[in-house]
Amino acid sequence: MKELKLKARVENIPQVTEFIDAQLEALDCPMKAQMQIDVAIDELFGNIAQYAYGGAEGEATVLFDFDAAERMASVTFVDGGAPFNPLAQDDPDVTLSAEERVAGGLGIYLVKKTMDGVEYRRENDENRLTIHKRI
Amino acid sequence: MKITKKQDGTQLTIALEGRLDTTTAPELEKELKDSLGGATELTLDFSKLDYISSAGLRVLLQAHKTMAGKGGMKVTNVNEIVGEVFDVTGFADILTIE
Repeated sequence: MKELKLKARVENIPQVTEFIDAQLEALDCPMKAQMQIDVAIDELFGNIAQYAYGGAEGEATVLFDFDAAERMASVTFVDGGAPFNPLAQDDPDVTLSAEERVAGGLGIYLVKKTMDGVEYRRENDENRLTIHKRI
Repeated sequence: MKITKKQDGTQLTIALEGRLDTTTAPELEKELKDSLGGATELTLDFSKLDYISSAGLRVLLQAHKTMAGKGGMKVTNVNEIVGEVFDVTGFADILTIE
């Protein structure tokens, strides 16, 4: 298990991407899966940076794990903000026209569709969101 | 992300290189705000775009709406990752993709 702890700021998203990409490259992850994971990082770490602490400054931890037998990469995002389970939201209606579209919900939906699994847990007063991707 | 702009009369082409995500989407938003005034047709060239996240989709939707009343907007040279994002989110039905 590899771990990166940093301030939950939008400017730090590239640092998270770099950290995870380094792990994935060492495992010969296919480029497509790596980019799908990078998009998921932008959505999930971006959400924490923008919303978890309600405008105040907070920290986040990103954990990387790999199950060699299953070739399953897992990334967990941990924040100490208010309880929030993004998986409990309704999926957005992706059949709406440009005029009918409302902001929000697309990011987490995209993550659910491109990853092999997504889990949320509230533990020790922290939100823990884990994505799994077979590489 | 690198933004390259080419204006041919009222036809504007904007080529993106890199990643269109939470950190870079505001750069494109600003560029479009500054440039769309005189344009009747907008082409977004994605041949060197690695990927797009929902933050980028929001900017594309705005631009699409701005251009809808004029000559329209099209997106060209979309790679597999970007194409998947468009398909999953239904943007493939909203945008003109060539």
